[in-house]
Amino acid sequence: MSIALLLEQLLNGLQLGVMLFLMAAGLTLIFGVMGLINLAHGSLYMIGAFACAAVAAATGSFWIGLAASLVAAAAAGAIIEVTVIRRLYDRDHLDQVLATFALILIFSEGTRWLFGSFPLYLDIPPLLQGAVPLPGGGQYQLYRLAIIGVGVVVALGLYVLISRTRLGMRIRAGESDREMIAALGVDIRTLYTVVFALGAALAGLAGALVGALQSVQVGMGEPALILAFVVIVIGGIGSIKGALLGAILVGVVDTMGRFLLPKALALMIPAAQAGPIGAALASMLIYIVMALILAFRPSGLFATQS
Amino acid sequence: MTNAPIMTPETIVNVSLALLLLGLPLVAQTMGEPFYITLATRIAILALAAVGLNIALGLGGLVSFGHAAFFGLGGYAAGILATHAFDGVPLFAGIPGTASMPIIWLVAVLVCGMIALPIGAISLRTAGVYFIMITLAFAQMIYYFAVSWPAYGGEDGLSIYVRNEFPGVNTAQPLSYFLICYAVLMLALGLFWLLRGSRFGASLQAARQNATRLSAVGIAPFNIRLVAFAISAMVTGLAGALFADLNKFVSPSMLSWHMSGELIVLIILGGKGRLFGPVAGAMLYVLFEFALGGITERWQFFLGLILLGVVLFARGGLLGLLAGKARHG
Repeated sequence: MSIALLLEQLLNGLQLGVMLFLMAAGLTLIFGVMGLINLAHGSLYMIGAFACAAVAAATGSFWIGLAASLVAAAAAGAIIEVTVIRRLYDRDHLDQVLATFALILIFSEGTRWLFGSFPLYLDIPPLLQGAVPLPGGGQYQLYRLAIIGVGVVVALGLYVLISRTRLGMRIRAGESDREMIAALGVDIRTLYTVVFALGAALAGLAGALVGALQSVQVGMGEPALILAFVVIVIGGIGSIKGALLGAILVGVVDTMGRFLLPKALALMIPAAQAGPIGAALASMLIYIVMALILAFRPSGLFATQS
Repeated sequence: MTNAPIMTPETIVNVSLALLLLGLPLVAQTMGEPFYITLATRIAILALAAVGLNIALGLGGLVSFGHAAFFGLGGYAAGILATHAFDGVPLFAGIPGTASMPIIWLVAVLVCGMIALPIGAISLRTAGVYFIMITLAFAQMIYYFAVSWPAYGGEDGLSIYVRNEFPGVNTAQPLSYFLICYAVLMLALGLFWLLRGSRFGASLQAARQNATRLSAVGIAPFNIRLVAFAISAMVTGLAGALFADLNKFVSPSMLSWHMSGELIVLIILGGKGRLFGPVAGAMLYVLFEFALGGITERWQFFLGLILLGVVLFARGGLLGLLAGKARHG
């Protein structure tokens, strides 16, 4: 096992973490501000991927596709917020789970209706094709590095947005006291729609970026959604900082577990058994980490007061 | 409820539902339509699984989004024991497999109880959204384990070549197997009814309504909830074992989060916390699946719309519609 291979896996973990952060940031923001658990977030991810793939295929440009994914996911988010989600803020979590579960069924079947059952494929744009050399003699895909870069930019952007702008101030105020900010003359309904659309756009961006690495198909959002849940539970629901650290933790632990566990087991038991046992254990690893963290900190690492 | 008059509207609805579910396959049998017997068996088993979840969700207010884990574990208990019995290979340490349903059920129930205790103990330290997500995550953990563990079929699932045996009954006959499932469902409903009326059930509902008050009278909500979660998992696991025998097949899809969602949907369609809520919900669900599935391949799209409508506008489910509001909030 060379250093270059280890570094490559570490970067893969980081890239997975960044993708999870884009999903988790929206989820945690929506929960923190509106108190809503949104299962349909994975559908918004899927919509972003499909929009990007379809528009890129039609125009021949990945970049127009990427813009389309942001617009499509934000628009879908705004539409469901106004028609459905808005009615759920005052309901208990069970109703929210059910209604957003219903939205998943609608979006998944609807997408299958529009695009058929076959997966779409999205090419990596020419600008980002190729690889960069790693220290130790390896090579690393430029596109994956670019995804990590996007994650850093989004994390910084969100930080500035939340803590330095007027919109961010209103979001924070809405988080701590909904009635008060409404009484001060802020249109809270529009604010909620904006926050929901922002979270949706981030999910759509994640879907579009990942779409070039794997096939774009119905159901792709669900594994990502569940991992994002693990991330925000670990990080503390409502905390963007928690989402960032949780996402990187989950991404790195998952990737390194799949890479290292079978190898580590092979030192103790015959290799023929070590492979499957290691793979099975690795697939459970992040959930075990989550259980351990929750056993000691039931509300996550960076829980907010609400 | 125990002191209520015998013939409340809800009792009438409940008895009608029970008779309807029993009558459908009997009529199908005389008309020589075994397909409808299988459909009714499916209703009975899904209802049983939802009765289990209803103990945690309806009585205890514990929104478990991971009950598919127990449904699937019960299914795998049946599948694995039957496979070992079929192949004649001992399970481990010389213990043989078995094709006897009562033993399989016992194993399924015990396994689910033993796994539900640690999962519940960790999940119940949290509440609200955290609880929903953590139960979901634990179910996913078991799902991914089943997918990546090759010994029992992995992703492809595991076939049960011959339906397991029940003493004195020919289980291969659809109507006999339906009657077994129906009897188990009725026993589980009896258990739910006893639990709800018992001291334990009162504590569990009090834990949902006001946990602080419950602690103040000297009952720890955590213990009550943990026991309820385990019982709930055991009933759902039993349903899983029956489901595996119905399909003669078990696969990770029984463990998937869609299954967990469906179980919650059954309860809400029927009426949360109501004795026959899961039965009404399972009947509606299988009917939708059958009727819509016959018209369009895209039936899940319409199921989503219907479900959305029920959540937004028709709270209380089918029983709320037929028998009025629940007597206890």
